[in-house]
Amino acid sequence: MKITLDTVVKTFDTFRAVHGVSLEIESGELIALLGPSGSGKTTILRMVAGLEYADSGSILFGDKDATDIPVRDRGVGFVFQHYALFPHMTVAENIAFGMKVSKRKRSREEIATRVTELLALVRLEGLGDRFPTQISGGQRQRVALARALAVDPRVLLLDEPFGALDANVRRDLRRWLREIHDQLGITTLFVTHDQEEALDLADRVVILEQGRIVQEGTPEEVCRRPNSPFVTKFLGDAHRLVGPVTSGSARVAGGTVAVPSLPDGQAEIFVRPADLSWGEGDIPAEVTRVIDRPDGRRVVVRLEDGTTLELDMPPETRIEKGDRQTLRVRRAHAFPLA
Amino acid sequence: MSKYLRKAKPPRVGDAPAVRRSLIAFVLLVGAVLILAPLVVIFVQAFSQGFSTFARTIAQPDTRHAIFMTVATALIAVPINTAFGIAAAWAITKFDFPGKRLLTVVIEIPFSISPIVAGVAYLFVYGLQGVFGPALQAADIKILFALPGIVLASMFVTAPFVARELIPLMQAQGRDLEEAATSLGASGWRTFFSVTLPNIRWAMLYGVVLCNARVMGEFGAVSVVSGNIRGQTNTLPLHVELLYHDYQTVGAFAAASILTALALVTIVAKVILEHQGAGRAGRPMLAGPAVEAKETHQ
Amino acid sequence: MRRRVLPGLTLSLGITLLYVGLIVALPLGALIFKAASLGPEDYWRIISSGRALASYRVTVLSAAAATVFNLVFGLALAWVLVRYSFPGKRLVDAIVDLPFALPTAVAGIALTTLFAPNGWFGSWLSEAGIRVAYTPLGIMIAMAFTSLPFIVRTVQPVLEDLDPALEEAAQSLGGSDVAIFRKVILPLLVPALLAGVSLAFARSLGEFGAIIFIAGNQPFETEITALLAFIRLEEYDYQAAAAIASVLLITAFAMLAVTNFLQARALRYTARS
Repeated sequence: MKITLDTVVKTFDTFRAVHGVSLEIESGELIALLGPSGSGKTTILRMVAGLEYADSGSILFGDKDATDIPVRDRGVGFVFQHYALFPHMTVAENIAFGMKVSKRKRSREEIATRVTELLALVRLEGLGDRFPTQISGGQRQRVALARALAVDPRVLLLDEPFGALDANVRRDLRRWLREIHDQLGITTLFVTHDQEEALDLADRVVILEQGRIVQEGTPEEVCRRPNSPFVTKFLGDAHRLVGPVTSGSARVAGGTVAVPSLPDGQAEIFVRPADLSWGEGDIPAEVTRVIDRPDGRRVVVRLEDGTTLELDMPPETRIEKGDRQTLRVRRAHAFPLA
Repeated sequence: MSKYLRKAKPPRVGDAPAVRRSLIAFVLLVGAVLILAPLVVIFVQAFSQGFSTFARTIAQPDTRHAIFMTVATALIAVPINTAFGIAAAWAITKFDFPGKRLLTVVIEIPFSISPIVAGVAYLFVYGLQGVFGPALQAADIKILFALPGIVLASMFVTAPFVARELIPLMQAQGRDLEEAATSLGASGWRTFFSVTLPNIRWAMLYGVVLCNARVMGEFGAVSVVSGNIRGQTNTLPLHVELLYHDYQTVGAFAAASILTALALVTIVAKVILEHQGAGRAGRPMLAGPAVEAKETHQ
Repeated sequence: MRRRVLPGLTLSLGITLLYVGLIVALPLGALIFKAASLGPEDYWRIISSGRALASYRVTVLSAAAATVFNLVFGLALAWVLVRYSFPGKRLVDAIVDLPFALPTAVAGIALTTLFAPNGWFGSWLSEAGIRVAYTPLGIMIAMAFTSLPFIVRTVQPVLEDLDPALEEAAQSLGGSDVAIFRKVILPLLVPALLAGVSLAFARSLGEFGAIIFIAGNQPFETEITALLAFIRLEEYDYQAAAAIASVLLITAFAMLAVTNFLQARALRYTARS
């Protein structure tokens, strides 16, 4: 099912949550809505589900205008942030709920068979008789997914699906959700504030800021060609340098950075820890701190103008506080300063 | 296709206009018959023969004495009950000891017992048929059919009132604050007055207001132990009954209107205190806790 | 056991035990002692006399009817107060507590005046051939009045705290309003409803002041058990009063136990494995 959002606007009281968002989601795609809190991503998801009404604009499912179809007839599977499992029903009853209340009558056996299938799909065989309080958070998450899938939704919507879970449970579930998606091929839209999660899982990432889409593209596109300082910072650790550009070279903190595509004038330059080389180039720096990590050493340096940068080095590098050397910026995302 | 006038929110369960309107109508209608009408009829009856008749009946010596008895009972019973409520809540929430659960249950017992049972029970303690009755009579101490009996019976029926407001609240607040104060060198009393009391004062007042309303309005238990002696041991509610059975309708409703005014003041006080977070907000919920999403390690 | 850090255990526990002992336990103990001193035959004769049995019947049936009425009305009232907004809602919310705040004797004479054959509602009802005052129906109305806030006030906070996502989830799974109410909302209210019902029922069983005015108090017909105990007392038949009062007491204890059991069962899904 292809989904189209056409200049959708949503205002809560006086606060405008979504400003004219347009978006096309191809059938079978797995899309992440990524943004900080208050960026309107959950509101967009809830409007697609029919849990909120748009003030203006329209939402199409295939070619059909779904804007005014109530949630119960929209055929979406929604996984809530805190799962919203019915606490008084067992896992199996939770999964069966949608089939039991459906207008399409199913026999008891049909429902039982489908529940067993779904329990197997989400790898919860044998836990059907437990109550939601009796299983772990990761298991609850999978029950919520099975419950949403039980009604054969045309679209699967997930609101911060892994937000409430521990880091390692989260990583496993992420991979697993991708597998399920590839297996079922169902159009899926999920909301997250975690850029790693979005990049890891999605075919396409839609980045939102203050109710507007600021960039959308494949993980590779948004990582390699962020189109704004906001996206650059939001996607990962980046330090900011400012300086004047003359013929493709920026002067910053007593040295230079190559910025071939930029016109002359002030520019801001974002560098990530892996973009820097120690002992090359012409930017003088002094080591202020060395932080050891399992996969390498993170070195904190201070430039002449007081700016702090961080760079990653291999674990065997010999370096200590007080060392002075020059730096080279190998890669950078640079934007002209207005 | 863009829409201009859309509902802001999709309808929730029961938001259909027909359902909404008929439920509100049903509730208001039944409420008017069952709650509002009694309230109105009291004042209508009390003033049915004009304000002067009302004033005259209120000013009768027997009525004035009944008011005095009611106020005196409340002035003794409510403070004692409050002190007990605080002590019980302190003991139960700040310490662990065997039998704690049982104690909590026993404190709640008067809440589910008929006031008549309470009255009869007091008769078998202090009455001539009772445990201490003969000894008391020999010493010429009057408890039953006098103010002390009325106070005791009132204290029985209201025993849980302050404690049941404080216990859940102090349970939820835990012991950290008091432990911190003690570790900083504060004495027990100092800790109580400067750390505990400021946090529980609204809940305590709430309990006091409800306790007072019940003490002043108690009928069943008091009617057993008071002996119903006109002009001597009649409290205001008993006096209402007496006048009513004497067919002095205006007098009965005039006296009743004083108690009704008290009830209305109680409700207003209750609303104000609930705004301060007392009452319902502090009480435990009678439903399952929401299923938390956070991973629980098993 | 945790080490005691805080002071005041002896004092606070001392006051508590003294109060509970003298004010609550001693009289109840004396009542039980008095009833027990009767001997099984006499005791049984008194509590199973025709008049006593009739009083149980009228008390229990009226209390049950009043409770069922309040179950429906209380749930509707709680629902309306939580889910809808309308002018005067806060006033309605406040006045729901009137039956708790109003002395029972006052409620009794007010209801009697309203429902007596010449009263505002009574005259109207008697034209339709319905007699309320001095019949079990009157007892039921008095009980319904005094126990009205229990169900509203136990259900209301639970309804307020019900996670909206549960309803949204049920809606997204295709549930109709009726199905969602029956299968999701109502079951989650059951523990609170149970608590409210048992409080309301217990209160109705023991109610005295509001009832005696409207009941007519005819032995075998409109005489409630609490009144029978009171009458025995006025007849100086202390043993009979003790026996009948003990029946009310035992019933109250049994209600407490049953309620706790039902509540634990209704909440069993919250138990962690």
